[in-house]
Amino acid sequence: MTNTKRIDVSESASVTVVRFKDSKIIDPESIQELGAELFDLIEQDDRKKLVLNFSDIEFLSSAALGKLITFDKKAKRAGSRLILTNISPEIFQVFAITNLDKLFEIKDTEADGLAVL
Amino acid sequence: MSADPSPSVFKESLPSSLDSYQEFVQSVLTELESLGWPTQPDLFAIHMALEESISNAIRHGNKQDDSKRVEVECRLSEDVFWAQVCDEGPGFCPKDVPDCRDNDRLEVPGGRGLALIKAYMTICEYNEHGNCLTIEKRRGDETTPGG
Repeated sequence: MTNTKRIDVSESASVTVVRFKDSKIIDPESIQELGAELFDLIEQDDRKKLVLNFSDIEFLSSAALGKLITFDKKAKRAGSRLILTNISPEIFQVFAITNLDKLFEIKDTEADGLAVL
Repeated sequence: MSADPSPSVFKESLPSSLDSYQEFVQSVLTELESLGWPTQPDLFAIHMALEESISNAIRHGNKQDDSKRVEVECRLSEDVFWAQVCDEGPGFCPKDVPDCRDNDRLEVPGGRGLALIKAYMTICEYNEHGNCLTIEKRRGDETTPGG
């Protein structure tokens, strides 16, 4: 497992699984660092299959959503596939309100995400 | 604002820095919790509305200008959360903000704060000048995606 400041990264059958270290993604410094660490997975490590496991996330701001959108765009541009999993009902509602449930590929569980990658 | 005999009042003059207001927001949430508001869905909704309204005022209203302040007032009771967030910026017309939910705008990183505030609050109104937002939520009111 690779340890960084904002995310835990592990490998499962050639798929990169990312979990968040913070339960609330709000403050600008954390969001900036989170974005940089996520972007490195695509731009430096050239990872092609990624699962973002949201099970630890209790709250995230629109600024955090913006960073995830940029991450998704970078992934698509690099030919990587990104799946979001384990999103709690209240966090999923944030995605639904902003229609981002249509932008991101979302599966119920990490196992569901791994199964399609 | 809806009638209430003695709401708890929280007022703060915040600097235009995005790391300046978390303590204030947390104090409001703690007070609401002590008034019996449930974490889900109400406190989550209020947390979101305060986060987005204050950060919008700092980021888009005051442009993070150190010489400008964001004035926040919250009135809290067992049934009603009310807040006003005012910045010193030139103001804007909410109707001019593109709908972030349009299919051709889903990949635009910004512009989702106002949609979230509208969805989570019972009332969301800007003053005529467009630099002062009033929000209100009645306890138990459902979230309305699409504002």
